[in-house]
Amino acid sequence: MKPMNFRRPQGQHRSTFRSPAGTALILPAAVLALSFSSPAAAQGNVPKAEADAKLRYCEVCHGVSAQGFHGYYPIPRLAGQPTEYLKNQLQAFVEHRRTSNIMFNVGHVLSPAMIDALTTDFNQLNPKPLGGAPKENIDEGKNIFENGVAAGNVPACASCHGPQAKGNGPFPRLAGQLYDYITAKLTNWEKERGQNPAQPDISAVMQPIAHSLTQPQIKAVAAYLSYLE
Amino acid sequence: MRGNGLKAAVLIAFCWIYHPATSDAEVLAVRNCNWCHGGSASGYPPAPALAAQRPQYVEKQLANFRTHTRDNPFARQYMWGAARNVDAQSARELALYFASLPPRAASDGVPGLVGVGRTIYQEGMPEANIVACVVCHGPNGEGVRDIPRLGGLDSTYLKRRLEQWNQGYHAAVGPPMISIASKLSDDQIEALASYLSFVK
Amino acid sequence: MRALNSLQAERTSRTLVRAATWTLRSVGSRVGLAAGALTIVLVGAVSAQHRISLSGDIQAKISYCKDCHGVSAQGFNGYYPIPRLAGQQPEYIENQLRAFIEHRRTNNIMFNVAHSLSPAMINALTAHFASLNPPPIGGAPRRLVATGRKIFEDGMPEVNIAACAACHGPEATGSGQIPRLAGQLYPYMLKTLNNWDKERGRNPTVPDAAAIMSPVAHSLNRSQIEAVAAFVSTLRPPRGTPNTVQ
Repeated sequence: MKPMNFRRPQGQHRSTFRSPAGTALILPAAVLALSFSSPAAAQGNVPKAEADAKLRYCEVCHGVSAQGFHGYYPIPRLAGQPTEYLKNQLQAFVEHRRTSNIMFNVGHVLSPAMIDALTTDFNQLNPKPLGGAPKENIDEGKNIFENGVAAGNVPACASCHGPQAKGNGPFPRLAGQLYDYITAKLTNWEKERGQNPAQPDISAVMQPIAHSLTQPQIKAVAAYLSYLE
Repeated sequence: MRGNGLKAAVLIAFCWIYHPATSDAEVLAVRNCNWCHGGSASGYPPAPALAAQRPQYVEKQLANFRTHTRDNPFARQYMWGAARNVDAQSARELALYFASLPPRAASDGVPGLVGVGRTIYQEGMPEANIVACVVCHGPNGEGVRDIPRLGGLDSTYLKRRLEQWNQGYHAAVGPPMISIASKLSDDQIEALASYLSFVK
Repeated sequence: MRALNSLQAERTSRTLVRAATWTLRSVGSRVGLAAGALTIVLVGAVSAQHRISLSGDIQAKISYCKDCHGVSAQGFNGYYPIPRLAGQQPEYIENQLRAFIEHRRTNNIMFNVAHSLSPAMINALTAHFASLNPPPIGGAPRRLVATGRKIFEDGMPEVNIAACAACHGPEATGSGQIPRLAGQLYPYMLKTLNNWDKERGRNPTVPDAAAIMSPVAHSLNRSQIEAVAAFVSTLRPPRGTPNTVQ
């Protein structure tokens, strides 16, 4: 295995690694599952060095290869996200339809060209899931994901998020998303999304679903999703 | 009478050779402090060296002597009187003066104990819960801010201070020193004092 | 009933002893003796209550740590700045101790210290430190605090500096492996951020969590480091704050 170098000079290509299996002794090992994939050429007119620098900055919080990170708050995986979804979220942060002071500041300084470059880069990353969720109810989670919960009028998640939870267009990828992130979002949906009643957005689609799911169901489906690759 | 006159003459000549006194502080030091603390303030047992001592530390101790906070028998016998008339401003000037003098190691420890003393000072003895002095007193025992220089002080003085804290004279000392002294055995105290007396 | 922390216990004991002495001196011998005896019983009870779960060995070790790390582990400005451990995340301390032992974090003294600790002792120590909450030592330049707060809470996205709060929490209490910064010593923060790569992650064949902070430490310039360090050194989140170790 190649020695890992964390100080990549600007402009260098990132090489591909696989994380050693079963080395999650303590979180650092998991965090350092390096899976860099070669980026596409920079989109638009953002110089590659600048785009790379911005990407590394995002990864400080969102984890190596944007796999997500357990910060004070769970910081979501961005790797493999559809570009449309990411762009919508950045817009929502800037317009305060989705409340996060930190992401507001982040989103505010991004030019459209930079957003194009970043979202393309994120979309192409494919690190292993961070893992760590409890495994007892994964089967129930899989059932909810694929079949929904008839009694609660909850449709099958797969119908919008795709059979492998890879997302599509405005619907986010859920595969490999952090367990505690999904749990927190589903539990707090209305407090965090669609925060401008004068400007309803697509997050309204999830509101009744998040509402109907019980806590155990949320945890089960979150656990299931967190292990999907 | 003749003896005293001779002593005074020698002292004055001695001090004049080393420090042609010009400032008020120097004159004061020559007249009062060097009598016990030695020419160039490099110490004369039982009085410790003051040369190159941390000025904040000296200032603080002079205040402690004046208020009788520092109350071990030597303090009582010698320094309470000496510090009585040293006001805050003079204390500061004296402290700065002493700090400016070059250090000279007393080198009166037991050479054979230096190795153990060095180990305790630089590394501590974690299994025995003895901290490494270096962390607060610096790599060459030079101290910092109000943490005193230990390097070059004579071994009897260093030993006596550690013993005083174990005898219950707990006032006028930095917070951890009482705890630290209580864990040192007599041999370890000897070793430390020996080592430090050689440190420049 | 929650055990008193050591500082409280010490203060209470001292107050009680002082009260006993005063009573004995002033109130006449028989009454004084009775009151004194009662006080001694109370002092014993207070101390016993605090010490009930700590063995002699662990107590001795705690006292040893505090010789350098400060009376209530609030840190100490020695020749080198010795960091605050009070309220620190147990997982973080444990990771650092392991890093010292494996020379991934270089410090000769802490290498020796860490070597002398058994796993059970580490558990007890980290739990004890986590329970302490003395006021910060303070002493940082006050004029820097406002700028530091801005960097800490909002980051500086234009220059790719992430908001510290995202990982360290809005009150810098940390979480899990992420250290508490609240109340950390100003000179210690300066040294740590300015020297990150020289002190952490020192074994290139065994990369560790230190790598997460490396780009952050790099992006901050000196005055930003001073500002952030000054800000966190003033923080004292109350016990009820989420992720404040209870």
